[in-house]
Amino acid sequence: MKKILALLCLGLVVPIVSAQETNEVEKLKQQLQQVQDKLEKERNEDRQLIQALSQKVNDLLKQTQAATTSAPSAVATAPTDAEKAKLEAELAGELGPAATNQPAAMPARSWSPAEPITIAHAGSAYMNISFDALMDVGGSSKGDPSAQLELGDHDPIKNGFSLRNAEIAVDGAVDPYLKGFGNIVLKLDKNNETQIELEEAYAQTTALPWNLQAKAGQFFAAFGRQNAQHPHQWAFVDEPIILNRAFGPEGLRNIGAQGSWLLPTSFYTEATLGILDGQGGTAFGFRNPGDADALGVNRFHGRATVNRGLRGPGDLVFAPRLASSFDLTDQQTLVAGVSGAFGPNDTGVGKRTEIYGADLYWKWKAPDAHEGFPFVSWQTEVLYERFEAGADPSAPTPLPAETLRDWGFYSQVLWGFKPRWVAGLRGEYANGDRGAFDAEDIYRGERTRISPAITFFPSEFAKLRLQYNYDHGALFGDAHSVWLQMEFLLGAHGAHKF
Amino acid sequence: MKKILSILSGLALIGSVAQAKLNVVATTGDLGSIAKEIGGDKIEITTLGKPTEDPHFVDAKPSFIVKLNHADVVVEGGAELEIGWLPALLDQARNGKIATGAPGHISCATGVPLIDVPATLDRSRGDIHAAGNPHYIVSPSNAKIVARNIADGLSAIDPKSADVYQANLKKFDDEIDAKLVEWHKTLAPFQGQSVVAYHDSWPYFAKEFGLKIDLFLEPKPGIPPSPAHLAEVIGKMKGENARVIIVDPYLNRKTADTVAAHTGAQVVEVTQFPGGIKGTEDGYIQMEDYLVNSLAKALGQK
Repeated sequence: MKKILALLCLGLVVPIVSAQETNEVEKLKQQLQQVQDKLEKERNEDRQLIQALSQKVNDLLKQTQAATTSAPSAVATAPTDAEKAKLEAELAGELGPAATNQPAAMPARSWSPAEPITIAHAGSAYMNISFDALMDVGGSSKGDPSAQLELGDHDPIKNGFSLRNAEIAVDGAVDPYLKGFGNIVLKLDKNNETQIELEEAYAQTTALPWNLQAKAGQFFAAFGRQNAQHPHQWAFVDEPIILNRAFGPEGLRNIGAQGSWLLPTSFYTEATLGILDGQGGTAFGFRNPGDADALGVNRFHGRATVNRGLRGPGDLVFAPRLASSFDLTDQQTLVAGVSGAFGPNDTGVGKRTEIYGADLYWKWKAPDAHEGFPFVSWQTEVLYERFEAGADPSAPTPLPAETLRDWGFYSQVLWGFKPRWVAGLRGEYANGDRGAFDAEDIYRGERTRISPAITFFPSEFAKLRLQYNYDHGALFGDAHSVWLQMEFLLGAHGAHKF
Repeated sequence: MKKILSILSGLALIGSVAQAKLNVVATTGDLGSIAKEIGGDKIEITTLGKPTEDPHFVDAKPSFIVKLNHADVVVEGGAELEIGWLPALLDQARNGKIATGAPGHISCATGVPLIDVPATLDRSRGDIHAAGNPHYIVSPSNAKIVARNIADGLSAIDPKSADVYQANLKKFDDEIDAKLVEWHKTLAPFQGQSVVAYHDSWPYFAKEFGLKIDLFLEPKPGIPPSPAHLAEVIGKMKGENARVIIVDPYLNRKTADTVAAHTGAQVVEVTQFPGGIKGTEDGYIQMEDYLVNSLAKALGQK
């Protein structure tokens, strides 16, 4: 400490020393040398003491070790693994299924005097808690960007400033069997009034047998790559168009349960089945009453929606997914998946929605990457939706029963060209067959968007992102937007999946 | 149902018996190398992070989920070294044997006297580690603690080979003890000399061998060097007559070279992981040999 202080003083003094004051420098150097010598002497004494003490500790340890190593002789008579297995199987049979699959006993760990005493750090808290805020500033050539351009709930909603995602995330172990996750999102509406939503709240198992895992609660469905990601993981300011069209402003996120199975293959393959309640705006294309029109009627794709309660398991949304991953080389990883979401919709009795998706993610990372840079990644998702729309003869323009087919994709390349800097380019296309309501429906019709972006991470816990969107839509022609996004994160945030 | 369950669990256990060797997954190469010394031919070792890779920023690749799913034991550094990627992998691995707190989860930092434990958690000081500096294994004394943790962990899981693990531990300890004398002797002439590091990963090495490694090219952990900070470091280096800059393979060599050009210092490539530099592939002891000898050589040059 003294030394550092001395150094700091020296650092302060040096710049104001003029040529004729070199004597002063010499004097200071001598002083510094003296302090150094003194410190060195003390340090050596300490070191000798440490060595003597550690020798003592080692000797003591060896004694205790000798005492414990004499124990393995008893092990020789202990039951063999096969015998143990047999006994365990017998016990399992006798005790019934409830007793099997107990998580392994946790050995009590006593504190050792060699360990430092620390005040609350991440590992000692019952849960991780973090606060993450994303805000945008910028504008589009179309005035209100949320009218036609930015359909996502966390996208910028107006020219000027918007804050659409201030998220409190918690996670931790509930007990030896479950982990719990929660995400509460606060956001400002167009009048800067605060809105709140329970984005996710679910428990996930940690100790199911046969490579199974289950979760239950409110959660993002495992459909493709981006649907299940929170906005702060996104590589661009806004959500891809086709995801908004298929899943609405908030993504496919509903209360329900999900089971997944890690297949016993040599490479990663995971099969997932989500069963969702499928009701409301977070199950956009399903049992969603839609938004009220001028007459106060809830409409979806122009049609009045029927209030269709859950009549049986067939009215739930089923969301299966199969994903595989391969390491092409030590530096390159590929993940490919197919997903689906199937359930009824509210435009008429017996009407159903089917959504299919395929996704691909490839990443290269340098073998000597510093803080994960440089890297190149490529992500693409393709979606196809088949929507059976009911007839609505009472609509302002009477609408027939018809099947609407929509499709689209986005493809994005990210290049982490140097530590803390990522350049990105995203291209998107969405289209669908003509429907009777097409001309007015912002969720249908042809649309193209090109978005270059550059992101700077001052640290792991903050980012600044500048993005330009060139937009072209059948509904609005050409549009240009520029957004600057800022993020900061406080607290302990759980690690992300690949 | 009961019968089916008992048959299935019986089968599962027979399957695990047939596979005689313990399947051990180590997060980084240094841990893998020590685990290999202790486990010998009783274990099959897989290492996740590459030796040239930043241990804080390993990708949580899906192939690692499969490796962890098959593992009997996971050996981690702990003290938040792998906090950015291992928890996500363990969540998805569905393997109760290696869950946090289970006997198959060996945290090597247990019992290591960690230094630089922050009194307050404040990220304005950079990307700090709440538990203390996690780069402790480069100190051979700590490597011995790691070896003991691994030997005890393996013995608890596989008691019938416990004597093998304990014998290997003794062999490793003896080897380190013998080498330690040699290493201390090699570095003895340079006690108290100043060595500059890019990132603060070397306090344990400095403490062990009486070097002074407290000047860093990074102004704060995880914050890249700015010209202003480098100018300050260069000034201090001249004041302290620091002639050696050490750089890990995953850090920016160019920055170190620039500072070296301004100070006449020598850049020495160092690694915390066997295989991170050519000629360190054999394991921990060869790596430590390399570190001690290359530093002594650089410090010995006038």
